[in-house]
Amino acid sequence: MTTTWIKRSFHGGIHPPENKHLSSLAGVKTAALPKEVILPLANSTLQPLVEVGDKVKTGQLIANCSKGFAANLHASISGEITAIEARPFTHPSGLSVPAIVITSDEQDTHFEHSAYPLWRETTDEQLLEVIQQAGLVGLGGAGFPSAIKIQGAKQQDIKTLIINAAECEPYITADDLLIQTQAKELLEGIAILQRLLKPEAILLGIEDNKPEAIIALETALKEHPLAADLEICVLPTRYPSGGEKQLIQLLTGQEVPSGKLPVDIGVLCHNVGTLYALHSAIVLGQPLIQRLVTVTGQAITQPGNYWVRLGTPINQLLKEVGTKTTASRLIIGGPMMGFTLNSNNYPIIKSVNCLLLPTEKELPLPGVEQPCIRCGQCELACPAQLLPQQLYFYSANQAYEQAADQQLFDCIECGACAWVCPSEIPLVQYYRHAKAELRQMQTEAIKAEQAKQRFEARNARLKQEALEKEAKRKARAEATARMAAAKKAAAEKEANQPAASKAKSTNQAATSEAALDNKKLKQLKTAKAAATVAVRKAEKTLGNLEVNPDATPEQIYDQLVMIDKAKEQLAKAEAKLAEAAPLQETTE
Amino acid sequence: MTEYLLLLISTILVNNFVLVQFLGLCPFMGVSNKLDSALGMSLATTFVLTLSSGLSHLVYHSLLVPLELEYLRTISFIIMIAAVVQFTEMVVHKTSPLLYQVLGIFLPLITTNCAVLGVALLSINREQTFVESILYGLGAGLGFALALVCFAAMRERLALADIPKPFQGAAVAMITAGLMSLAFMGFTGMVQL
Amino acid sequence: MSLITAIFALSLLALIIGLLLGFAQVRFHLEGDPLVEKIDQLLPQTQCGQCGHPGCKPYAEAIAAGEAINLCPPGGETTIQALADLLGREPLPLDAEDTSSSIKRVAYIREDECIGCTKCIQACPVDAILGAAKQMHTVLMDECTGCDLCVEPCPVDCIDMLPVPKDWQWPAPSGPLTPAASRIITTDQITNQEAV
Repeated sequence: MTTTWIKRSFHGGIHPPENKHLSSLAGVKTAALPKEVILPLANSTLQPLVEVGDKVKTGQLIANCSKGFAANLHASISGEITAIEARPFTHPSGLSVPAIVITSDEQDTHFEHSAYPLWRETTDEQLLEVIQQAGLVGLGGAGFPSAIKIQGAKQQDIKTLIINAAECEPYITADDLLIQTQAKELLEGIAILQRLLKPEAILLGIEDNKPEAIIALETALKEHPLAADLEICVLPTRYPSGGEKQLIQLLTGQEVPSGKLPVDIGVLCHNVGTLYALHSAIVLGQPLIQRLVTVTGQAITQPGNYWVRLGTPINQLLKEVGTKTTASRLIIGGPMMGFTLNSNNYPIIKSVNCLLLPTEKELPLPGVEQPCIRCGQCELACPAQLLPQQLYFYSANQAYEQAADQQLFDCIECGACAWVCPSEIPLVQYYRHAKAELRQMQTEAIKAEQAKQRFEARNARLKQEALEKEAKRKARAEATARMAAAKKAAAEKEANQPAASKAKSTNQAATSEAALDNKKLKQLKTAKAAATVAVRKAEKTLGNLEVNPDATPEQIYDQLVMIDKAKEQLAKAEAKLAEAAPLQETTE
Repeated sequence: MTEYLLLLISTILVNNFVLVQFLGLCPFMGVSNKLDSALGMSLATTFVLTLSSGLSHLVYHSLLVPLELEYLRTISFIIMIAAVVQFTEMVVHKTSPLLYQVLGIFLPLITTNCAVLGVALLSINREQTFVESILYGLGAGLGFALALVCFAAMRERLALADIPKPFQGAAVAMITAGLMSLAFMGFTGMVQL
Repeated sequence: MSLITAIFALSLLALIIGLLLGFAQVRFHLEGDPLVEKIDQLLPQTQCGQCGHPGCKPYAEAIAAGEAINLCPPGGETTIQALADLLGREPLPLDAEDTSSSIKRVAYIREDECIGCTKCIQACPVDAILGAAKQMHTVLMDECTGCDLCVEPCPVDCIDMLPVPKDWQWPAPSGPLTPAASRIITTDQITNQEAV
């Protein structure tokens, strides 16, 4: 076991006031069981497996994704499903998505899932199956399904496994307290992942503002088999050292190439919260139903870290925790990368790691945006080594393509540039808007290309059909003409016509006569067809009248007369056709 | 060899045709809105300058001087330049129809670019050899390209910036050109030519 | 004497150059026009005909020949701007009678009223309508470009043009010196937040 103090650094970064003491000194508590939980089906591929009225137990699977793109959803309390309807979703847009609402029966009976305390003797496939079933997602904030991440990583060669305990964002102390209280379980989780991925090195990155957590880790590691493989790396506190790419650069010195993922350079990162949940899922058989949430801010009476069941409405949690003054806003997440919601009528979901309720004095609202003075401070602060000033000018003037050329999509939206900007320009909002517009333009371009291909295919098809029709018609005309000519020639041979020109003219007459007869034949056929249709129609109307209770006897009689007339017409047409038919041979 | 190098440095930097001698300002202002079109224009002008400089030298020394028709040099140079520009137009149209469309009227207007005629006439005044006149034209073109490309890049940035209303458009472009010219004055005296 | 020499010299010069240019003209003769392809890529491919040409490719060819670039309503301002950037022309405002077509719409067939006549199928320029004679017709939403060429031929008038609901996306900040109601450092809803 080694504790290394990292001397490397990444470009830029800032030192905002941490304010972690508000919540880190209060320890970990468990929030009361909520009366009702709202579990949103955030992905349209998630299918509910329960219906309104069903009784569920804590930890029971209530929604899964057949295609495997989203993580499973489990009931976080036991009770009855009261609704599956649209509910506000904890997302910057504040829009609603379909959600499963469970009313608690206050019993909290657990569903028995299979646990694997002796996971060292289980197969990899079995472990992956449990991870898939347990609905684990990245608890650092992004919420990517862990099963997909681990399975994808297994197919690549992972040389370095990085455990992200940096928690660089101000105010948030969830990971800090998790390590302090659950260090042994965390190490078990890391061991499980080590078993699955078999990396060459395991590095745990933690900032130096968490001395208690470091000591707790070192103590737990002394008696753990991971002692030989795990290296604790202490980082100098800087925002955003917890960003995936920045952490990789700090711990390994390697940079993730633009547009690529860490797996492409043989590195995988996982948050400590995710690994603790991994341990719970495998060793205790408990799927993801709760998480540690920091509730902090000077407007909170008892700031601290709380184990909260997923789906707990925020207003209930805040009532329990207590708000002593009016907060200026409700921030989900931290002050740098969180978002505000305009009410507290939202549920705690898997990706919520902090609730921040600051007073106006604590985090004042920013002033009016001023024009850019080209000071260049933003470029000095950017951890991704981009040019925020250029990105700003391109995004603000709708030159989105040029912004993309400046690697806009490599921006991690950490907010360091906006924090240093003396003109108080909301830079990250410009970048997010530009990224959205670019994605929109890409989708439209693909659609336009598809439409163009369909249009050209259709034109080609119509042209082809026209050519075929033309060819067929020509062939038929030639064939009939040839037939007629042959017939006439035969007839003339019998009649002994010596003059060639006379024969020719009669031939011509014959061909034209043949053509005329052909036409007449066609007309007679059409007439017969029309007559047949007329009869059928008349019979149908009669049928309708007969079932119609309002039909009068006169109507029915008239209809019968009409049918007779139609049948007469049909007979006439057939007779005419029979007359004309033996005179001509048809090729049909 | 050194004289050729000095000649090039002199024409590109010290006596830059656009920023120091103030010739060829029409395309300098007109085509510098976009970097791509500026690059295309400067390449076309360099091509014209090199060719016309050499050809004018040939025409002067093989045709006009033996027949003692030096006074016809202006009109015959213009004929040469017009022909070279016409040829360039054809080449551009063939290789990049987009550039042809974008440059539009500015491509045939290279004929009336005073820098092109200026190079031809100045070359005669300096009594340069054939190789020197070719290099003179090449250097003039490269200097023009340098000035035009830098100016276009700056104008692209200016287009996105928060410029006060009275300065927007041509005003700030002129000021920028003036400042560029001031900067190039720093090269004065480096090469005496 | 010198005048004749002068005229002779200049004429000779002009003749030689003329011949050379003639050769060059033949040598550098241009076939086709790849510019049309580039223009066509910027057009929205709805093939609606609102510009007056039967499809986007013919309009692209017309633009290459000098036609105005502001005749495409489905393309809207973005297309005009992109064409202006490509060709170095002035971005004129959209020249169309009905500017409401800038909202994305798709056709929708009211299936109760459809009689299965296939007239709309024949009218659709991108084959976005599924159906056959005397069978139900339905519009494939993903393929429909909203050109509304199918509305006219329908004999029972059962086709509606419905707006496509736009997904939420991050709104643009209001710009310098406009007092935004509330903005936090990185991310925020632009509307004013109520205190908790």
